[in-house]
Amino acid sequence: MTAMNGMLTLLVLLPLAGFILNGVLGRRLGPVFVNGVGVGLPILAFLTALWAWRTLEAGGGVPIIETVFTWAVIGEHVFEVAFYLDRLSAVMALIVTGVGALIHIYSIGYMRGDEGYARYFAYLNLFLFFMLLLVLGRSLLVLFVGWEGVGLASYLLIGFWFQDVTKARAGRKAFITNRVGDAGFLLGMFLIFTTVGTLEMDRINEAFAGGLIPLGVATAVGILLFIGATGKSAQIPLHVWLPDAMAGPTPVSALIHAATMVTAGVYLVARMSGVYLEAPAASTLIAAIGVLTAFLAATIALVQTDIKKVLAYSTISQLGFMFLALGVGAYGVAVFHLFTHAFFKAALFLGAGSVIHALNGEQDIRRMGGLARRIPWTFGTFAVATAAIAGLPPLAGFFSKDAILWFALASGQGGAAWLWALGSLTALLTALYMFRLLWLVFLGRSRMEPETERHVHESPVTMTAVLVVLAFFSVIAGWFALPHYLEPLLPVPALRFDSALLHWAQIGFAVVLALLGLAAAAWLYQDGGRRGDEAWERFQRLHRMLAGKYFVDELYERTLQRPWRWLSDRIFLRLGDRVLIDGSLHGLAGLARWSAAVFARVQSGSLHWYAWMTLFGLVAVLIWVWRHV
Amino acid sequence: MDNTHLLLAVSGTLFTLGLVGVIVRRNLLVMLMFLELMLNGVLLSLAVFTQLLGVEAGAVLMLLVFTVAAAEIAIAVPILLLLVRAGHTLDPGAYGGLKG
Repeated sequence: MTAMNGMLTLLVLLPLAGFILNGVLGRRLGPVFVNGVGVGLPILAFLTALWAWRTLEAGGGVPIIETVFTWAVIGEHVFEVAFYLDRLSAVMALIVTGVGALIHIYSIGYMRGDEGYARYFAYLNLFLFFMLLLVLGRSLLVLFVGWEGVGLASYLLIGFWFQDVTKARAGRKAFITNRVGDAGFLLGMFLIFTTVGTLEMDRINEAFAGGLIPLGVATAVGILLFIGATGKSAQIPLHVWLPDAMAGPTPVSALIHAATMVTAGVYLVARMSGVYLEAPAASTLIAAIGVLTAFLAATIALVQTDIKKVLAYSTISQLGFMFLALGVGAYGVAVFHLFTHAFFKAALFLGAGSVIHALNGEQDIRRMGGLARRIPWTFGTFAVATAAIAGLPPLAGFFSKDAILWFALASGQGGAAWLWALGSLTALLTALYMFRLLWLVFLGRSRMEPETERHVHESPVTMTAVLVVLAFFSVIAGWFALPHYLEPLLPVPALRFDSALLHWAQIGFAVVLALLGLAAAAWLYQDGGRRGDEAWERFQRLHRMLAGKYFVDELYERTLQRPWRWLSDRIFLRLGDRVLIDGSLHGLAGLARWSAAVFARVQSGSLHWYAWMTLFGLVAVLIWVWRHV
Repeated sequence: MDNTHLLLAVSGTLFTLGLVGVIVRRNLLVMLMFLELMLNGVLLSLAVFTQLLGVEAGAVLMLLVFTVAAAEIAIAVPILLLLVRAGHTLDPGAYGGLKG
């Protein structure tokens, strides 16, 4: 069905209008204007997304294609900017605009009085625009524009307080790490184009589903696109940028680095599921990387002391879960977890933002504690979201995580016992580190500095209201049978064994694990974490390794940055720039100066010398004439 | 050797004499005179060729060049006078500082 009423175009352009208005006029017209535009337009975008979704459902789920304009015609290839709305992109658009609008509202309170208030909302709207482009683009090319655009917005917002060098540097790290992944993405796109001759994703999936694509090509495409996804979605080995990205304002961490942008990789793989169904080796790689990332990030989260860092590693870990689901062919389940995760992780981040706001910028959980009674709304919503991510029934995380673990075990497309075992262990660790966070921040005795403690205050209603809404969705989001809803697009894999008993046992086991994590955290961290510290005393080497994040940054520094720096300094700077480029320029200038000195002598001011030269000239001309004529 | 050749030889000799004079002499006034000599040599050859080829325009051109040469000298001599008044010498080497 092709609807040309401009609905999707409107949806995409609303945040762009917000960016332009706020970027150009925001500073001059003051915060009331900034709020109206910066928050009003995302809400309008959410309503438009709802309308688009209703239209889609009214048409029976037949994809809506809206061609905006023809970008380029090269030979017989036509590249169009077209939007494509099916159930998958509708779900994504609803998450992006819904959670996005909520976080915009929250930001009113969080960013109040900041010097760059208008700039902040302009960037945030810009992010929404690019994210919608990414989600709604029909062609990989449009998706890629959005993909790079959200990377830009992410960079701008991580380095939002750019006067602080470490924050500016964190933005740069995110940007550069993402470029590595993008290289893979681009190569994958090239390979697809040379193989299939189109970049429109529905056609690519059709072409691959035809079964005529050689296995090697399908595997290569799958792996290359996945490299792109590891960059954006912070999977091993490109996960290093996400923890540093916490330098940005907390609502940004919630929106970009937890709920939406980092899930772009998951969306990409789910969207290209037609390719991955034909590339089992690539799928196995995804599952392995996913589960390893989930596990390793969860272990690091156990010992972090910065409230946002814990949540950052938890995000990486949850994204690992999503990739695990993608790797075993349960694409709908991955999107389901993406959906539930968007709510509870946004709630957690915004809760953390509320805590930081209350404590006037304090982020170290060793100097918190006992906040439950001081900021009850934040505590209540944070606790609900914690329970949701830990997988306690009947909250959202329970349903989606359980489905992932079940398919990791039972899927006919690469399900394996070790995936399930490592996934379950990660689920246990998730419950442990999340409840550790809850206990250290909100429960036990206060370890705050007295000066901070006197100023503790609950956040304004624009913030707490958003927390309540998100907590509410953290409860109910799991009740939507999203995998079933998406089944026409993203088929659920066949099971290796169809045993209801085993499934129930798996569910029971997962709940036991979550409760076990809760109990362990409660026992270890009930009194400021004294028992936890004692326990870690016995494993000092392990603790050092986890606190050092497995020293991946240091490894990259040694093996990648130093050789590159040497190469840049010695070869490119000293040889290339100074010797070749500067040298040739200086050489040319020197030649000009030398020849000028020589010719200056000719014009000496001596009349006789001029007369002689005239004579020589005449003689030379005469000789030449005599010779040639 | 007929008249034409003789006249052309005289013309060449006049020009060469003038050139050598300009190069060799170190007196600005004398150099100016030798310049006139060179010009006369050239004009003589012009007159010869005008006669030889029967082109009347050549005669007109000759008269024009005479006029221009007279005008030149009319300007050059006062300049020379001013120079000498400032520098108290007719040696062109003393005015090397006037180079552009």
